[in-house]
Amino acid sequence: MATEKTTWIGRSVPRLEDPPLVTGRGRFAADINFPGQLHMRVVRSNHAHAKILSIDIAAARAMPGVYAAWTAADIPEVSPIDFREGRIEKLEPYRQPVLAKGRVRYVGEPVAVIFAEDAYAAEDAAEAVTVDVEELPVLLGADEPPGEFEPGRTTEVAVLVQGYGDVDAVFRTASKVVALDLVVGRHSGVPLETRGAIARYDASRDMLELHGAAKVPHRNRESLARMFGRSLASVHLFEWHVGGGFGIRGEIYPEDILVCVAAMRFNRPVKWIEDRQEHLVAANHSRQQRHKVRAAVDAEGRLLALDDTFFHDQGAYVRTHATRVPMMTCGILPGPYRVPAYRATGHVRLTNKTPAATYRSPGRFETTFVRERLMDAIAHELGIDRIELRRRNAVRKEDMPYALPLVVLGDEVEYDSGDYVGLLDKLLAHVGWDKLQADAKRRRDAGEAVGVGLSMFVEKSGLGPTDGTRVTVDTTGAVELVTGGASLGQGFETVMAQICADSLGVDYQRVRVVHGRTDRIEHGIGAHASRATVMTGSATQVAALKVREKALDVAAELMQAPVDKLDIIDGRVVRTDRPSGPSIGLGEIAAGLWPTRKTVGGREPGLSAEGWFHSEHQTYPYGVHIAVVKVDRETGGVTVERYIVGYDIGRAINPMLVEGQIVGGFAQGLGGAILEEFVYDERGQPLSVTFADYLLPTVRETPPVEVVLYEDYRSTRNPLGIKGAGEAGVTGVGGAIASAIDDAIGMPGAVTRLPVTPQRLKALLANGGRRPAT
Amino acid sequence: MYIGLLTMKPASFRYHAPNTLDEAVALLAKVAPDDGRVLAGGQSLVPTMAFRLSRPAHLVDINGIEALRRLAVDGDALSIGACVRHAAFHRPVVDGCTGRLLSDVVRHIAHFPIRTRGTFCGSLAHADPASEWCLVAATLDATMTARSVRGARQIAARDFFQGVMTTALGPDELLAEVRLPILPADTRFGFREFNRRAGDFAIAMALVTYRLRNGVMVEPRVGVGGAETHPRRIADAERALDGKPPGATAFAAAADAAAAVMDPMEDVNTSAKYRRDLVRTLTRRALERASA
Amino acid sequence: MTDKVEISLKINGREHRVAVEPRRTLVDVIREDCGQTGTHIGCEHGVCGACTVSIDGEPVRSCLMFAVQAAGRDIRTVEGLANGNDLHPLQKAFMEHHALQCGFCTPGFLMLASSVLEREPNISDEDLLDVLSSNLCRCTGYANIVKAVRAVAAQMRSR
Repeated sequence: MATEKTTWIGRSVPRLEDPPLVTGRGRFAADINFPGQLHMRVVRSNHAHAKILSIDIAAARAMPGVYAAWTAADIPEVSPIDFREGRIEKLEPYRQPVLAKGRVRYVGEPVAVIFAEDAYAAEDAAEAVTVDVEELPVLLGADEPPGEFEPGRTTEVAVLVQGYGDVDAVFRTASKVVALDLVVGRHSGVPLETRGAIARYDASRDMLELHGAAKVPHRNRESLARMFGRSLASVHLFEWHVGGGFGIRGEIYPEDILVCVAAMRFNRPVKWIEDRQEHLVAANHSRQQRHKVRAAVDAEGRLLALDDTFFHDQGAYVRTHATRVPMMTCGILPGPYRVPAYRATGHVRLTNKTPAATYRSPGRFETTFVRERLMDAIAHELGIDRIELRRRNAVRKEDMPYALPLVVLGDEVEYDSGDYVGLLDKLLAHVGWDKLQADAKRRRDAGEAVGVGLSMFVEKSGLGPTDGTRVTVDTTGAVELVTGGASLGQGFETVMAQICADSLGVDYQRVRVVHGRTDRIEHGIGAHASRATVMTGSATQVAALKVREKALDVAAELMQAPVDKLDIIDGRVVRTDRPSGPSIGLGEIAAGLWPTRKTVGGREPGLSAEGWFHSEHQTYPYGVHIAVVKVDRETGGVTVERYIVGYDIGRAINPMLVEGQIVGGFAQGLGGAILEEFVYDERGQPLSVTFADYLLPTVRETPPVEVVLYEDYRSTRNPLGIKGAGEAGVTGVGGAIASAIDDAIGMPGAVTRLPVTPQRLKALLANGGRRPAT
Repeated sequence: MYIGLLTMKPASFRYHAPNTLDEAVALLAKVAPDDGRVLAGGQSLVPTMAFRLSRPAHLVDINGIEALRRLAVDGDALSIGACVRHAAFHRPVVDGCTGRLLSDVVRHIAHFPIRTRGTFCGSLAHADPASEWCLVAATLDATMTARSVRGARQIAARDFFQGVMTTALGPDELLAEVRLPILPADTRFGFREFNRRAGDFAIAMALVTYRLRNGVMVEPRVGVGGAETHPRRIADAERALDGKPPGATAFAAAADAAAAVMDPMEDVNTSAKYRRDLVRTLTRRALERASA
Repeated sequence: MTDKVEISLKINGREHRVAVEPRRTLVDVIREDCGQTGTHIGCEHGVCGACTVSIDGEPVRSCLMFAVQAAGRDIRTVEGLANGNDLHPLQKAFMEHHALQCGFCTPGFLMLASSVLEREPNISDEDLLDVLSSNLCRCTGYANIVKAVRAVAAQMRSR
């Protein structure tokens, strides 16, 4: 029997999630099967922009194994897909219909759907569908003049403006203005598991179930219930194992609606598993923005004003995120620097490409690239060291909390705590920045094109406002923690278990964590925006402490001891002055709280409690990325030799998992910096439709990443002091690698566009690195 | 790459698994008019079937034919049967330059699991411009043996590769064997390719061989692949090496010559100029490697 | 649609008698007809390696093979890696080194690594990296996967 209390928080304990996953016993969407299920196959548009003249599904309907086939005409009662946050009238006309109506607006848009007895038969039938169209002109650039979305409506859906101060006045009198024209290429999360949705309607209970949910099951349940005119209690979503999300999976897509409508209509389960080709044209794209940014600075390089006009390529429709990403872009661009006057103008424009939405670190990957390119440019133009320039402009530790009249995810921005310059200096010392630069210079002198770059950024995490969980100890002493969270592979269960175990006094392995189940808990925030650890973790602590309190209260009675002389160690209540003496197990206490037992007394039965956590503000962790890069001048190939991430985590519940998130995020950022891009031809045909064309980094391209976690500044916004880490690995990669490439080729400001492909790099080298006119 | 976005999962076909070569070619004769294809490693064919880019109505699986697994030295050539896998070449299969050359090149072919199934002959029959073995066959002047119900015929490499995924094989012919001339033991070789990621299709590649006699290069071979619709030897580049001492001057001249005669493929992602420059770089680097 | 062929697939030592169209891929038949869903489909065109199984001891992309081709062969999948409750050293190493996050690519990596290490326990580090570059992972950034496999390779070498 343990007499010493184990602390779980702060330890890199092995994951609870792993055993089924390493033994092939996971349950991913494609692994789910229900008797009598039909397989759904979506027929998709081959044209980027066209008027639909007719769709012939008669031949498909007649094929062997086909149960039904639909076009938009078969689902008149189904409305276009709404926004996650609710109604936004201005944007409503731009929502995506579940099946194309009248027009198709991107290659890959669903135009018809087949339901068949098996997946191969469904494919065969899909081939037999013919679509007759009249092609329309194609619009592929958000920076081109807007076109026609439909008669009377242009493709510019919104112009977002955020800012403060008299920017124009500052620019009029500024002694120095630095202006850049920068592009972030279209890419996205591309998880290894494609999407899947399995709907089941149980007529015996009038219950609609959607399996294969992810990320925000509770929110989606509300949306679906509203869409179908059903009560919440008659719609349930189930998240099983999820093969990565990265922001892409979990939003409501046409396919989710279709399987539900079909299941209800046919009274048979309907299963849809996306194939990879579909995924690359149908699942949310992201990142594509063009920024025309300028800074007014004084002679010492201090920012006086920042003015950014950007064009956000939204793709063909406005999906569930509405304008969150460009709004975030406006709000977070200043990053860790003091910007006395600021204006960001975001043109949100539709193009005839796959619709775009959030992807890990949305708006921050893009703005960090833009802002850090700008800082490098200012440093170069004024002949100031790029580190010194950043130091000069950084928000100081004395300025915290630092509020800005800007809005990010509906919250007013307030950086809570931290020392940006402090972290920068520590990390530079840790890597030996001067030696790093000297080594690179020496290699350059010997003929290699090697460079060092960095980027600084502020992240955001812990989006509230509220989350709640329920902790229950059963009569065997096992603990169940029910959350409204979601797990996409990041180790959510383990982290929650650690927090619960610490607060309650049990072994974390005795905690079963429930998530992604709308039928187990009424509310949930899911897992996105790096908020799970902060919000759900904090709520878990509250609930677990309440259970602990209740247990001690009962134990005090049973053990005839004062509460303050009791503690729970490894699931047993012991006397702190005699830890090896008599003790009572939590299971016994739970049994004693059974409604029929006398020991209940006046209490509520059950060793269980709900805990809620409320937070007015997000937390803003921060960090620095450093890259050492080698360029092959002849081929244009880029190799990242070394990569270091310094990150303010506040407090790491499980350092191994935090590091895993950051390293994984880096790999995705690397993809966005040099490899991944959704390319279209001039007719709007997507060219990146297989894994041979859309290039994900392999182990060969991905160097090991050194992660240095700093826990100097706990968050002031939650009792545990934690900040999220899900996105920090990706945020700074574009900026750091661009900076390093410039350094390697000796052309400051050369990189103005991501991804830096070998061909583009060669063109830069040939061009002498001249910056395009702005 | 344009792919119809209609479907994945292969279309229906009838499956045949002959036990002998005679059976196989007899079957091919019957099914070829119906788009009957040979299935060997499947590592190139099956993905195209997965996208329904190819929809053979019949597949003739030759993996069960013992005779096609033969890999042996026959006099002055290495005979490679239709079912010999890429992985067979991981270790040198013959002493001297040829064995080392093949084991050097094979590491660049796709990835390990692909190499356990994919076949040397299958790569040749598939004739993807970016195929490393096609470049080897073209550079070393391999001879292909095509079998059909009409018997066997020999096709020289320079006649075999005709264009993108296009060879001299008739629809009912099976590439039963390739004979690679074994290079003299003292031959030097160098192979270089460039791709975006390890294991990707090469955007361009160069294979060079030469011998040294009295300090100058003789019997030079310069092959370029990946850049044009099919691989070939570049006579102008070989001339720039013949009789010259190995070194920067000759290498640059050969590289320039190769680049100059290139008629590179072009697409949205890769310009002709970029490919041409790459050919120059890779030819030079392959030569540097050979001389190291 | 063509007639189904009756075949027997030996998966992890157990025979599965199924009737399948020739066009059904091995991975689909393993998963759907034989009920072994541990092997995953990530791309269906032979690039990602999530579908990797071992056939007669060699790593094979099961999405690039038709089920009818695998009759009579010795097929091993992730479900057969452990020996009852005794996990394979690679499974233990993956957990120890946090070499998985979402777990979707994991069976493919486990089968790739186990089949290679079994045949070549003395594989060089460079060759090992070459082998591991065969499969894609979108979550981990690979470093921990490499650590885990290296650790097991070292264990095997020292025996």
